[in-house]
Amino acid sequence: MKISRRTALQGTAGALALGVSGFDWDFTKANAQAPNVKRGGVLNFAISAEAPHYDPAGSDTYATLHFAAPFYSTLLRFNLSKFPAVENDLTTSYTVAPDLMTYTFKLTPNVNFHDGTPLTSADVKATYDRMRNPPTGVVSTRQATFADIGSIETPDPLTVIFKMKAVNASMLEHFASPWNVIYSAKDLAENPAGPRTKINGTGPFIFVEHVKGSHVAGKKNDAYFKKGFPYLDGFKGIFTLQAAAMLNAVQGGQVLGEFRGISPAERDRLVQTMGDKIRIEESSWTLNLLVCFNVDKKPFDDVRVRRALLMAIDRWGGSVGLSKISTLRSVGGVIRPGSPFATPESELVKLPGFSKDIKKSREEAKKLLKEAGHENLKFTLWNRNLAMPYTPAGIFLVDQWRQIGVEVEHKQSDTGAYLATMNAGNHDVAIDFSNLFMDDSSLGLAKYLSIGRSPENRSRSKDETLDKIYDDHLRERDPEKRKAMIRAFEKRVFEQGYQQPLLWWHRIVPTHKTLMGWKMSPSHNLGQQLEDVWMNT
Amino acid sequence: MTIADPTLPLVPASAAAPSRQPSKFVDFCRQQPLGAASFLIIFAMMFAGIFSSLVAPYDPLTIDFASLLAPPSADHWCGTDAYGRDICSRLIYGARTALVIGFTSSFVGSSLGAILGIASAYFGGRIDAWIQRFVDVLLAFPLIVLALVVVAAFRKFSVGGVDINLIVAIAIPILPRVARVVRAAALSVRVAPYIAAARAAGYSHTRIIFRHMAPNVVAPYLIMLTAFIAQAILAEASLSFLGLGVTEPTAAWGLMLSGNAADFYRQAPWMILFPGVAISLAVFAFNLFGDSLRDFLDPRFKV
Repeated sequence: MKISRRTALQGTAGALALGVSGFDWDFTKANAQAPNVKRGGVLNFAISAEAPHYDPAGSDTYATLHFAAPFYSTLLRFNLSKFPAVENDLTTSYTVAPDLMTYTFKLTPNVNFHDGTPLTSADVKATYDRMRNPPTGVVSTRQATFADIGSIETPDPLTVIFKMKAVNASMLEHFASPWNVIYSAKDLAENPAGPRTKINGTGPFIFVEHVKGSHVAGKKNDAYFKKGFPYLDGFKGIFTLQAAAMLNAVQGGQVLGEFRGISPAERDRLVQTMGDKIRIEESSWTLNLLVCFNVDKKPFDDVRVRRALLMAIDRWGGSVGLSKISTLRSVGGVIRPGSPFATPESELVKLPGFSKDIKKSREEAKKLLKEAGHENLKFTLWNRNLAMPYTPAGIFLVDQWRQIGVEVEHKQSDTGAYLATMNAGNHDVAIDFSNLFMDDSSLGLAKYLSIGRSPENRSRSKDETLDKIYDDHLRERDPEKRKAMIRAFEKRVFEQGYQQPLLWWHRIVPTHKTLMGWKMSPSHNLGQQLEDVWMNT
Repeated sequence: MTIADPTLPLVPASAAAPSRQPSKFVDFCRQQPLGAASFLIIFAMMFAGIFSSLVAPYDPLTIDFASLLAPPSADHWCGTDAYGRDICSRLIYGARTALVIGFTSSFVGSSLGAILGIASAYFGGRIDAWIQRFVDVLLAFPLIVLALVVVAAFRKFSVGGVDINLIVAIAIPILPRVARVVRAAALSVRVAPYIAAARAAGYSHTRIIFRHMAPNVVAPYLIMLTAFIAQAILAEASLSFLGLGVTEPTAAWGLMLSGNAADFYRQAPWMILFPGVAISLAVFAFNLFGDSLRDFLDPRFKV
């Protein structure tokens, strides 16, 4: 058979496309098989935002995790070579009862915190108790996730048993969440809010310093419980708030990578200027930007106003344009498009805000605004001052809303001020984010629960119907029934329009080819302990 | 006894008789042709700023992904940016931002500086010493550094879409520079006989400062005001470029040079070329106009 050049090119392009978009793509094979690991050296990498505080349990921004993850350990963690499979971190083994009501973890012996205190089951219990029942003054963004834990038993210093009140089919994955780092019970007893400002973990690196506006530094933990790790002598996470500064730093070799993600244009610039010195890895991303209305504020307490504003957004057209200039790409519902529980396009277009007939949709939006008595609506859109992709999203939304006669003032601020404004409920409308570390619906849907259960619900909505569907779906072990419940949940969220995904992200990570052992995944929250990273220099 | 109004020129009535003298403006154009040319540029900029909605071919905020990064053409004279927005229209609307922030901050900074300079010269002694030390402290910082500190220290606050924080941030560094120059001019006015006469007549300090001293230092004030408009436009562009000025999607020249312009300038050089030219031209025009005005108004340059 004769194969034309065109056919061959099409085939190659198709194969490449499948390769980069495939969910189970093993990004790390080449690195993992590296025969001669070189030890030593200090890794400099870029962090595009400064951590608002040090406590991963009370945070949902990667700025905290990229800062703090190397200092801590978790019970389990995701095996990025076989994502989403989980593996031991602080544990040596674990068992799950067939009825999913009991989880037993055996801890690694002789693990010490950086201050020398030995790690015991009491530390795990104190950490999880703080997350599920945060004391006054402590914010836990994992409260809803662990609400199903009935009790935590510690029969001996190396055994922890979690007894559930109700079945949660995704509980094991939650024990592998990178956010659930283990704190010292002694530290928490002294000051429950201490982890916000003080770091004392069991991770591969020991905290050295945080110079505000400059960097966070860590040095090798010689007493790390995984023998032979970490490979590096230390690391420095350098805050590069401006994209141009970050790119220059990568290009000039001041940093060897930026592990969150860059835009297509930034990728092209690095490839063009650095040639074969730069490694580019791509994946779909378990992260989306949300349009979030503060329902405590007028007129956003009116469902007609919220729906009108959502219906004015041409997501399909936007995804085509924005994907060329930003990390925003796919149109999707509450679950990452392309993942097993995601709503297919044919169903999505029937939901408010997702119609492909944007003219008709905008006409309806205008009618709704008129009905609600807000034809000349004006408000402020709160946004984060991260160039990628928050600024393009803000510019896009302002344009979309102007097309139905709505005037919007776009305000951008630093991560700390941005989160503080939203968390205090001082925003009208905001561009929020849903930062997930896996595709499981128990995680993806939690952001939409009533504010009392989910502090990261910045729309501040209270909806018992949604809460009930969520709880029921957690108990459901039949995938088809669970899928139906996710659809019902999604429909309710979008009809009420408290908050709605704008677009899902596409992850592009640049690293110098001298950087080895770092593993790519669909989440930028994973793989940041840096214990198996090394430099081939 | 009556005291003559000291602000009036002491010339015989016959000399002030109407005659066919060329107007000041024509005089200025004849004596300062470069100044006249720069005035034309400023006028064009003001016209574009005031009538931007009539002059601009497109809405500056409207996104058109179909025309993304289009090169200059008959449809888009200066091309389009990464959102498909018409660069020419954004430049025209950007003139409004530059003028509003440039003029307002220069006016506020220069006026407060002039008042401080006159008061400092008028009162002398301890008050003068304190004011001048304060001015010294402010002068120790370069304009853009001081503006950066102010804009970073205070939360954004806007009225009618105008960023007050940015105006204050640019006005503060202008203030000491004008105060120092105006004080020097006011020191010579302070010892003039009509000021002594005004004091003798028992006029209040406020009246003497505003009615008798201020009109006599208006020339250096005007020159500084004009010259600092250029500096303020540049400062606004710099702050916007650094992400501390106006925010997207507002059309502003400095902002047009930042953001994703850095990502696309290789494939779409018009994204940075035209805003760069606009900033340079505006700064050049205001500087030249300020210089020409000084040459025209200051009698020492006529000798």
